[in-house]
Amino acid sequence: MSAVSTGAGTPPRGHAAGGESAAVDIRALTKRYAARGPVVLDDVSLSIAKGEFACLVGASGCGKSTLLNIIAGLEAPTSGTVDVPSGRAAVMFQEPALFPWLSASRNVELALKLAGTPKSRRRPRALELLDLVNLADAADRRPHELSGGMRQRVALARALAQDRDVLLMDEPFAALDAITRDLLHDELVRVWRETGRTIVFVTHNVREAVRLGERVVLLSSRPGRIAAQWQVGSAFDDADDRRIESPEVSRLAIEITDHLRTEIRRAA
Amino acid sequence: MPLEAPVTTARLPASSGSVARDLRKDAYRDDADAPSSVRGPLDSDLRSLESGLDSLQAENTWSGRSWRRVLGSVLLPVALLVVLVVAWQLYVTVAHPRPDIVPSPGDVVGSFGQLWSAGRLQQAVLTSLERGVIGFLVAAAVATPFGLLLAEVRVLRRAFGPLITGLQVLPSVAWVPAAILWFGLTDATAYFVVLMGAIPSIVNGLLNGVDQVPPLFRRVGTVLGAGRMQQGTLIVLPAALPGYLGGLKQGWAFSWRSLMAAEIITTGGTMGFGLGTLLDQSRQLADISGVFVAILSILAIGIVVELLVFAPIERRLARSRGLARGGER
Repeated sequence: MSAVSTGAGTPPRGHAAGGESAAVDIRALTKRYAARGPVVLDDVSLSIAKGEFACLVGASGCGKSTLLNIIAGLEAPTSGTVDVPSGRAAVMFQEPALFPWLSASRNVELALKLAGTPKSRRRPRALELLDLVNLADAADRRPHELSGGMRQRVALARALAQDRDVLLMDEPFAALDAITRDLLHDELVRVWRETGRTIVFVTHNVREAVRLGERVVLLSSRPGRIAAQWQVGSAFDDADDRRIESPEVSRLAIEITDHLRTEIRRAA
Repeated sequence: MPLEAPVTTARLPASSGSVARDLRKDAYRDDADAPSSVRGPLDSDLRSLESGLDSLQAENTWSGRSWRRVLGSVLLPVALLVVLVVAWQLYVTVAHPRPDIVPSPGDVVGSFGQLWSAGRLQQAVLTSLERGVIGFLVAAAVATPFGLLLAEVRVLRRAFGPLITGLQVLPSVAWVPAAILWFGLTDATAYFVVLMGAIPSIVNGLLNGVDQVPPLFRRVGTVLGAGRMQQGTLIVLPAALPGYLGGLKQGWAFSWRSLMAAEIITTGGTMGFGLGTLLDQSRQLADISGVFVAILSILAIGIVVELLVFAPIERRLARSRGLARGGER
């Protein structure tokens, strides 16, 4: 395991810090909700390269969801800048939030419509995307006829329909059972490889972060700062199947968890 | 459902190559274009694993008990009706009440036959239904855009909210005296009272429907790039449909009630002959059987409209969204 704790300043492998190749470039970002309210995010600088899979982990109150919302453009930063050169980012939430009055395919088609895809292309494209998440057979089913994992995959297909370079995911698997979540990890990594998207994945599950990410970014709580970063990808370059049960994942997860606990203790 | 898993597994080898597509290119690609290295045996493993889990977890949509539902929703109410009529007849036979105060079921049926053969009952039903339906449609046409406006413009909502709630509580029959003074004994009086009864209900139903749209839906809309208009027409309106339908249903009930009240009070002039008029005339003639015929007709029309118009729409809406409906259990 050659995971290196890099600290906030060191640019990870192959990434020009803040350079043109960044898909998401955050500089000196600070966020507070009221003028005199507590600082939620404090001087966060983070650059995520094109095609990178980055996981943000942290305890409750570390502002990871806030950070995601700011990248998504749903909230405005108090100071600092967030640059997403490819334009808006696609977002996936913890709940699938599929529209119950539309079939799986129609849900995806709605996203295509809002993205400006011409009408004749929508249905075939939606089926293509559903096939990508292995749900081609469920295209005409309503959300309530699908299981939680299937719904979340439709939501993934819908997020991919936006055809944005950056995909933001806010604890998308947190509400699923462990077996389904494990499968969706495989699925997501496969989709990521096939589509070449840049993924920013927020989770409170350290193992999940290590299982999925090329890079794990640990945020401290109140105020949210970048506490440490780990480069995970290099340790698994050959093995396609990085499993959540594997000792390598375990080892790094333990290391990160220890770090996380130190951060939490500071809040005591 | 149980059939699906083996079928899916069987077609996997054929399709596994075609799935690897470059999603950033907005075009179909042939199998030949797909890099074969992307999808190894592991991926088809994953596919079959996933399909298996899907078929284990997906909701069992089998429902072959429709005859039971029909039995429950038709036979039971009819049985209750029979029991009530029998009890009524028993009471008349045993207690011998004055026939001009409590008619027997036979008296009422006879009176019904008389009114029917004279054509007065049909005339009353048609007149009232026409007023009720037209009044309700106008109310819906006015209330829907107004409700949408209130739902989306916060200032207007704050200003009009209490007034709308107040109007909904105010019995619309209270408008009858004013309407008579304004419009005289004309159809306009009936329509005015119907509108005052139905519009607040429909507006309130629509507002409740919009309020209950999960905030996440709007955020998803924003993230998907929906503008304000698209947000309204593609997301908020369909999401608010169940609440809106509830408002329409209540609006119809209020229309019908208000109309009956207006017809009973407002007789003479150029007012046509409606069910309320029939009711009032029967009272003046001390014809209790006629009163019963009118009451039962008003009730029957209410039930028929509910069963034939609103219930099917509601059931379809609920089923397509997977909402449990109390009435079906």
